[in-house]
Amino acid sequence: MNDINENKTAGSSAVPVKKKKKHIHIMTVLVYLMLSLWALMVLFPFYWMLLTSVKDYGAYSSEYIPQFFTLSPTADNYVEAFSAVPLGQYFVNTLIFTVITTALMLIVTVPAAFAFSRLEFRGRNLLFTLFLALMMIPNELVIITNFQTITDLGMRNTFSGLILPSVTSVFFIYLLKENFEQIPDELYKAAKVDGTSDFKYLIKVMIPICKPTIITIIILKVIECWNSYIWPRLITDDKAYFLVSNGIQEIRENGFGRENIPAMMAAVVVISLPLIVLFVIFRKKIMEGVSRGGTKG
Amino acid sequence: MKKNGFKAWLYLLPAIIFLGAFMFYPLIDVFVYSFEEGYNSASQTSFGIGTYNFSYVLHDPYFMQALKNTFLLVIITVPLSTGFALLISLGLNSIKWLRNLFQTIYFLPYVTNTLAVGLVFMILFKKTAYSDGLVNAFIGIFGGGSVDFIDGPYWAKMFVLCLYTIWIVLPFKVLILTSALASVNEMYYKAARIDGTSKLRMFTRITLPMISPMIFYLVITGFIGAFKAYSDSVALFGTDLNAAGMNTIVGYIYDMLYGDSGGYPSYASAAAIILFVIVLTITVINLMISKKKVHY
Amino acid sequence: MKIRLENLTKKFPNRSKKGGPDVVAVDNFNFEIPDGKLIGLLGPSGCGKSTALNLISGLEIPTSGRIFFDDEDVTDVAAENRGIGLVFQNYALYPHLSVLKNITFPLENLKGNKKLSKERMVDKAYEAARLVQIEELMERKPSELSGGQQQRVAIARALVKRPRVLLLDEPLSNLDARLRLQTREEIRRIQRETGITTIFVTHDQEEAMSISDLIVVMKSGKIQQIDKPQTVYDDPKNLFVAKFLGTPAINVFVGAIKHGRIYIGDDPVMPVKGVENRAIYAGIRPEGFIPDEQGGLKCRLKGVEVMGRDTSILSTHYAQEGEIIRSIIDSEDAMQLSTVNEALDRKTNAVFDPIHEKDNKRGEIRFSVKPRKIFIFDRETEERIFFSTN
Repeated sequence: MNDINENKTAGSSAVPVKKKKKHIHIMTVLVYLMLSLWALMVLFPFYWMLLTSVKDYGAYSSEYIPQFFTLSPTADNYVEAFSAVPLGQYFVNTLIFTVITTALMLIVTVPAAFAFSRLEFRGRNLLFTLFLALMMIPNELVIITNFQTITDLGMRNTFSGLILPSVTSVFFIYLLKENFEQIPDELYKAAKVDGTSDFKYLIKVMIPICKPTIITIIILKVIECWNSYIWPRLITDDKAYFLVSNGIQEIRENGFGRENIPAMMAAVVVISLPLIVLFVIFRKKIMEGVSRGGTKG
Repeated sequence: MKKNGFKAWLYLLPAIIFLGAFMFYPLIDVFVYSFEEGYNSASQTSFGIGTYNFSYVLHDPYFMQALKNTFLLVIITVPLSTGFALLISLGLNSIKWLRNLFQTIYFLPYVTNTLAVGLVFMILFKKTAYSDGLVNAFIGIFGGGSVDFIDGPYWAKMFVLCLYTIWIVLPFKVLILTSALASVNEMYYKAARIDGTSKLRMFTRITLPMISPMIFYLVITGFIGAFKAYSDSVALFGTDLNAAGMNTIVGYIYDMLYGDSGGYPSYASAAAIILFVIVLTITVINLMISKKKVHY
Repeated sequence: MKIRLENLTKKFPNRSKKGGPDVVAVDNFNFEIPDGKLIGLLGPSGCGKSTALNLISGLEIPTSGRIFFDDEDVTDVAAENRGIGLVFQNYALYPHLSVLKNITFPLENLKGNKKLSKERMVDKAYEAARLVQIEELMERKPSELSGGQQQRVAIARALVKRPRVLLLDEPLSNLDARLRLQTREEIRRIQRETGITTIFVTHDQEEAMSISDLIVVMKSGKIQQIDKPQTVYDDPKNLFVAKFLGTPAINVFVGAIKHGRIYIGDDPVMPVKGVENRAIYAGIRPEGFIPDEQGGLKCRLKGVEVMGRDTSILSTHYAQEGEIIRSIIDSEDAMQLSTVNEALDRKTNAVFDPIHEKDNKRGEIRFSVKPRKIFIFDRETEERIFFSTN
C-alpha cells in the first residue's frame, strides 16, 4: 500500500522517474560487468592452455612473468605430445572404451526401459523400486568389490575390465522409461491389432518417437566415458590401456619431463577438443539433457 | 499373461545381469568386507568378524586429514557455489543481449575433462624455480608476496582446490537455476508490479519461494557431490594426495584399495561405508529442512 | 459379418489399496450384432464400454464367455488375427511417420502369402485415403494435420486391411463441435459404403442416436437396453436409460400410483389402468408437458426462455428430483403460449398476500401431460412399469 502512494507522489514530478531510469541503467551495466568477469574466468584457462601449447619450450622457460600472447606460435609441442608419449594410443583407447560402453549401455537400457514401461509382468513394481533404490547407491560403495571381481577374473588391463562395470546406469533406464510411458497406450493397441510384435513396436515406434531422449543419454554417457578417471586408474597400470584422463596424469608425473609445460598443454588441448566440438554441435541437446538430471561426478 | 511375463524378463535380463554383478552383489559384499578383520587380498582369507576395520580407519591420521579436507571443501564450496550460481542466473535472466553466448560459455567447464583442465589451473597457480606463475605475478602487481598454491601452505592449497571445485560445479548449477528462473510465470511479476511491489520484495516473496525446490535440489546434490570430491584434487596436486596433505575421503578409499599404499579392501570398505553414512545423514537432514522450508 | 457375444464377462482385480472384490467391467453380455450394421455402445464413462470393445478386438482376454464372428469362435484368437480395425479418441497416429507410412504400417506386418509389394501397399493406402478424402495429405506428418484430418487418417489406417469389423472408441470426443458433426456424418457414410460391421463407443447420447442402427445402453458393466435409437428414447426400459437419453434431460418426480391414478406429490396427473398401488418415479420428457389451466400438475413458474423454434418453460415442483423442470413447447402454438404468458403475468403482477400465501396463485403454472411422454418406474428397482390409459 505504501509503495503505491509513494509512486503516485513520485509520478507528479519528473525528477524521480528519471532517477529510476538511470538506476536501472547502472544495474544493467553492473550485471554485464559481473557476467563478463565470470565469462572471462571460465574462458581464461582455455585460452591459457591454447596459448601455452603454441609457445616455444625455450621461450616459455625464459618467461619469468608469463606473457599473454606469443608472436611466434609453433606446432612443435603437438608433434612432441604425440611422439614423446603415446597420446594417440590413449586417444584410441578412450574412443574404443567410449563407443563400446555406450553401445552396451543402449543394449541394456532400452529393453529394460521397454519392459518396465510397456510389458506387464509379476513383480514389475517391486523390481522397479529396487532399481530406483540402486540409484541412491554411490559408486564408491560398489567400486571396491568390482575392483576385486575384475582382478580375480584376471581382467585387469583389458578392455572388458574397463568396460563391463561402466555399462549400466539405472538413471538412464529411469529416464527412458518415463519417456516411453508418455507414448499413449492407444498406439500400442493399434499396433497390436495390426499384428505388430512387441519387438517391432519397440524398434519401429517407440525408439523413433523417443529419439531425443535416446540421443540425450548417449551424449551424457559419452561425456561420462570420455572423462572417466577413477575406474580406469584402478584397473589399468599398463600404459597400453590408459584412457586420456590417466594419460594426462601419467604425462604430468613422468611424461615429457616435468618442466615441458607447453607440450603438456598441447596434450590437454588435444584431449579437451573432442568434447568441446561435440558440445558446440549438440549444445541445445546437451544442456537440455543435463538439466533433466545429469550431475557431474 | 504368462508368455508376456517370460518375455519381460528376457528384455530385463541384460540389465539384471549387469546390475546384479556390478551393483547389487558389490553392495552386499562391501559390508562383508568391512567387517572381515585382517582380510588378505592374495589368499582371500580373514581372521574373523568385527569392527576393527572401522576403528583402524577412524584412528588413521591420513583418514582424519581426508575427513577434514572433505568437510572444509563441502562447507566452503556448497554455499559459495550455490549463491554465486544464483547471482549469475539472476543476472542472465535479467538480460537479453548476449544471453545465449554467456550461457554457452558458462557451460563449457561441464564438458571438459577434469584432469586436463586441472593441469591448467595448476600451472596458473604453481610456483617454480624459474617462474612464480601467472597468479603470483598478478598478486605481485598489487604488492602482495608470492605464494606457492600447489606445494605451499595448507590454506593456499585449499583455496585453489575450492576455486577449482567451484569452477567445475558452477555450470550445472547455473543451468538448473536459469531454467528454474525462466519457468516462473511472468503473470506473478505482472501482478506484483500492479500492486507496486518493490524489486527486492519481488525477489524475496515471489522468485525465491518459486525456485526454492530447485535451490534445495542443488544444495543436496552439491553436498553429495562435494563429499565425493577426488578428481579435482588429483588434477591439482597429483596422485600422491596423502603426501600433499590434500587427500579426500574418496581418495583415501582408493589409496587403500590400490597403489603404493593399497591392498586393503577391508579398510577401503569401512571408509566407504563411513562416507556413505555421512552423506546419508546430511541428505536426510537436508530433506527434513527442505520439507519445512520449501514452498511449492 | 455378424458378431455374437455369449455370457461375456470381464473382471479386473480391485486396484484400491484396501483390496476388495473384483471389479466387473463387463457383466454377462449376451447379444448379437447383425451383419453390416453400425452399433452404438453408449454409457457414462467407466461403465465398461471400452472394455467391451477391447474384448471384441482381442486386446483383452475375457474372464469367461465366448465371442463369435459369424460362426467362428474367436475368443482365443489373437487380436491381429481377428481382422479388425481400431480407431481411438486420441487418433493414436505414429507421430514420427508420414500419413502414407501410418496407413501402410498395418500392411507391413502381413506375412506369408498375404505379403504385399511396396507398390501394392501404396495403392491400398491411397484407396483407403480416397475413402476418407485425405489423398492430398499423404506426405504430411500427423502434427501438421488438424484434429479432424488426423481422425480421418486413423480411420484410413483402420480400413486399409479391409477389416471384418471396425471398432471406434470415442472417435469424436477430441474434436470441436463443428468437426464432430461433420466427422460423424463421414463415419456414417464410410460405414454405408464399405458395409463393414461397425461398433462405435461413445458417452454422448446424441452422437449415438444420430448415427447408430442399434444402440446398446450400458451402466456399470451391465447392458440396460438394446434397441433402435428412437425406441430407446420412446420406450426406455428403466429410469437410467430414460435419464441418459434426451437433451434436455427427462424430468423426474417422486410419485405414487393410488387407486388407478398417477400422483406426482399430491397432484393427480393421469388415470392409468392395470397398475397396483405403489411408490414410483415418474419421468416426463420436456416435450410431454402441455400448459393447461385445468392441468393436474401444479408447478411454480421460474422463467421462460424463447429459443427460436422452441420455448422452454422453467418451473419447479416440490416432488421433483433435480434442479429444475424444463418443459418445451412449440413457439408457434398460440394457445399454449397464452397460457404461459398468463402465468407469467400472475407471477410478476400478483400482490403478495402473506395470510393466504398457500392459496394464492402467484407464479403457479399448471400442466397436463401427454400420455406417451410420461414413463413410470418402480421406486425400488427403477424398472419401467407399463400401463395403459384406457
